[in-house]
Amino acid sequence: MSNQKYILKDAVLPNGDKRDIAFEDGVITAMSESLAPSSQTVIDVKGSRVLPGLVDLHTHLREPGREDAETVLTGSRAGAKGGFTALSAMANTSPVADTAGVVEQVFRLGQEAGYLDVFPIGAVTQGLLGESLSEIGAMADSIARVRIFSDDGNCVFDPLLMRRALEYVKKFGGVIAQHAQDPRLTIGSQMNEGEISARLGLKGWPCVAEEAIIARDVLLADHVKSRVHICHVTTAGGVEIIRWAKQRGINVSAEVTPHHLLLTDDLATSYDPIYKVNPPLRSSSDVQALREALAEGIIDIVATDHAPHPTESKECEWQEASFGMLGLETALSIVQKTMVDTGLMDWQGVADRMSIAPARIGGYENQGQEITVGSAANLVVIDPSKNWQVDRDLTMSKATNTPYHGHILPGVITHTFFKGRATVIDSVVQKIGEVH
Amino acid sequence: MKHLLSIANLSAQEAIGILDTATELARINDGQIKKLPTLRGRTVVNLFAEDSTRTRISFEAAAKRLSADVINFSAKGSSISKGESLKDTAMTLQAMGADAVVIRHSASGAAQRLADNQWMSGAVINAGDGTHEHPSQALLDAFTIRKHLGKGSKDLQGLHVAIVGDILHSRVARSNILLLSLLGAKVTLVAPPTLLPIDIEKWPCTLSYDLDEVLPYVDAVMMLRVQQERMTELFFPNAREYSRYYGLNSQRMKSLKQSAIIMHPGPMNRGLEISAQVADSARSVITEQVSNGVSVRMAILYVLLAGAPLEVGSI
Repeated sequence: MSNQKYILKDAVLPNGDKRDIAFEDGVITAMSESLAPSSQTVIDVKGSRVLPGLVDLHTHLREPGREDAETVLTGSRAGAKGGFTALSAMANTSPVADTAGVVEQVFRLGQEAGYLDVFPIGAVTQGLLGESLSEIGAMADSIARVRIFSDDGNCVFDPLLMRRALEYVKKFGGVIAQHAQDPRLTIGSQMNEGEISARLGLKGWPCVAEEAIIARDVLLADHVKSRVHICHVTTAGGVEIIRWAKQRGINVSAEVTPHHLLLTDDLATSYDPIYKVNPPLRSSSDVQALREALAEGIIDIVATDHAPHPTESKECEWQEASFGMLGLETALSIVQKTMVDTGLMDWQGVADRMSIAPARIGGYENQGQEITVGSAANLVVIDPSKNWQVDRDLTMSKATNTPYHGHILPGVITHTFFKGRATVIDSVVQKIGEVH
Repeated sequence: MKHLLSIANLSAQEAIGILDTATELARINDGQIKKLPTLRGRTVVNLFAEDSTRTRISFEAAAKRLSADVINFSAKGSSISKGESLKDTAMTLQAMGADAVVIRHSASGAAQRLADNQWMSGAVINAGDGTHEHPSQALLDAFTIRKHLGKGSKDLQGLHVAIVGDILHSRVARSNILLLSLLGAKVTLVAPPTLLPIDIEKWPCTLSYDLDEVLPYVDAVMMLRVQQERMTELFFPNAREYSRYYGLNSQRMKSLKQSAIIMHPGPMNRGLEISAQVADSARSVITEQVSNGVSVRMAILYVLLAGAPLEVGSI
């Protein structure tokens, strides 16, 4: 916990109100239209928005196992740069996060790094193999307090296993985050199936492979009265199924990634695997449907699916390349570009979809709180009127596989505060923690 | 024209330029001394990361008849089979001073990756990339059709060509659909629904599931090879049923127009998509496609490396 004291001068809250915000010892202590500083450090944030620190429910931090692509530390720094105060480390590491030992290791690495909360996600099945349940209870009871379980990267395809997992996590109010992809319909698939995949001779990845699993799983969740979260929804059809499920009162939540809000499958015509991602980029009508669903709340949250890969995994033929793209440092700018600047959503909506709702789904304490006296001082300051240019050589992430290299994006994140401590000042990531 | 990656990058004029150049060069191939000094001192590398004897020797013959130095770099026993990346292979070829690289690769887009990155500076010729395109095959097919049915015309206006078989996985089909329609021909695809790509309605061609319905109206019929692996991937019940509906046999051949020609890019599965009688019939131009292939590939190398089409009558 930091003993530094700050006042953010002339902050604009998500709802548009102007306030000075004072915080110390990790907690917001005072808010009013004008605060007189005493011993605090005053930061003039006039013209900027202050949002609750962003919470990502879908991050690949690669540690343990692929420290050449990312570590908990480098991923934490990338997260801080992007305005995040909490990340959720996906389970597809090596070894897989399917035991209390691995999730506790990742949790501890997050604490040592100190930039933000790292909440490990546990694997649903042992080794992500889809055959038998992992030690879900032990992970839930560990110091990492795992509440989200996912085989992300793989779909929990066996319907009986999925049913059992949904039932089992009811014991502690957990949730299964499903990577919805019928493996039989996507053998060797490379990109969205449609006119472009046909023309390029790249094996198609039909929308129905995603939608069929979403449909099955909302029905299963309904049947066993449990909670399912759909990772990275990409299709208009998937949105319709989730809408239907929510209307029926089924306990389903869903996420969309920034890249699926912006990029489309025609980018594959370059055969540049920087655009190769799982699930694949879809058509522009899908993108429009996803934006509208996020604005409406049918899709509850934005999650990055930040997926770092070493250079050689992308500097090759499309079909040889790894799936995935970086997302942490660009997420908020992409959401501003696709949702706010288009008039679909206001900043209160951004705060909800990127902080409040994800913290609620994950059950993350002291995250995603409204900015008010007594809340944790997890805050991000963004100047929406400024633009910046993405440069892959300047990422905080260890990897460089951003699809936005060279893009001019709106919204400059100037400050991030985690538990009252500045992790980013004037857009520069600070040195935090003990081990550097 | 720096590279030949996809028919989609060609204008009709450029395509006709290559066909006309091939017509000129074919006269050399018919003569006693089958060699021109045009590319003396230039190096052409055949980078074949996927097995293909036919296309490789065709390009090799073409390059040699233009006096280029030819280096063959094949998958088996090479660094590619030892896991070398495309980038490292390309940089090796660059270091060796390749003026042109003819690449055959199992990955769609491999030729474009080679051309788009700064790994090497030479011309890239796509000799078949995955299930994407095979532009030199389409050019030799168009050349063959024009020679037989063109009646002195530069393009293929007014002609109707059927392409029959596994369209979904065929790079030959993709390149031919683009080129034949670019040159004014009407293209009809004939295949079982499982072997047609989704959204194919948007392509510049018509579709049919019924070979018998199409045959009487076409000027050329192009049979595609059915790959062995399709048999086990649920695309059709079995080889006999495929052959019964989509194989070209002597009975079906009778319904063709008198003037119609029969084509196949090879290698053929005799008895499956084409019967031996049809393959060896007087209407079959299949071996002629092979010899035309050398002229057309000479023309491609000529246009890319000499920088312009050959003037008609200049040889």
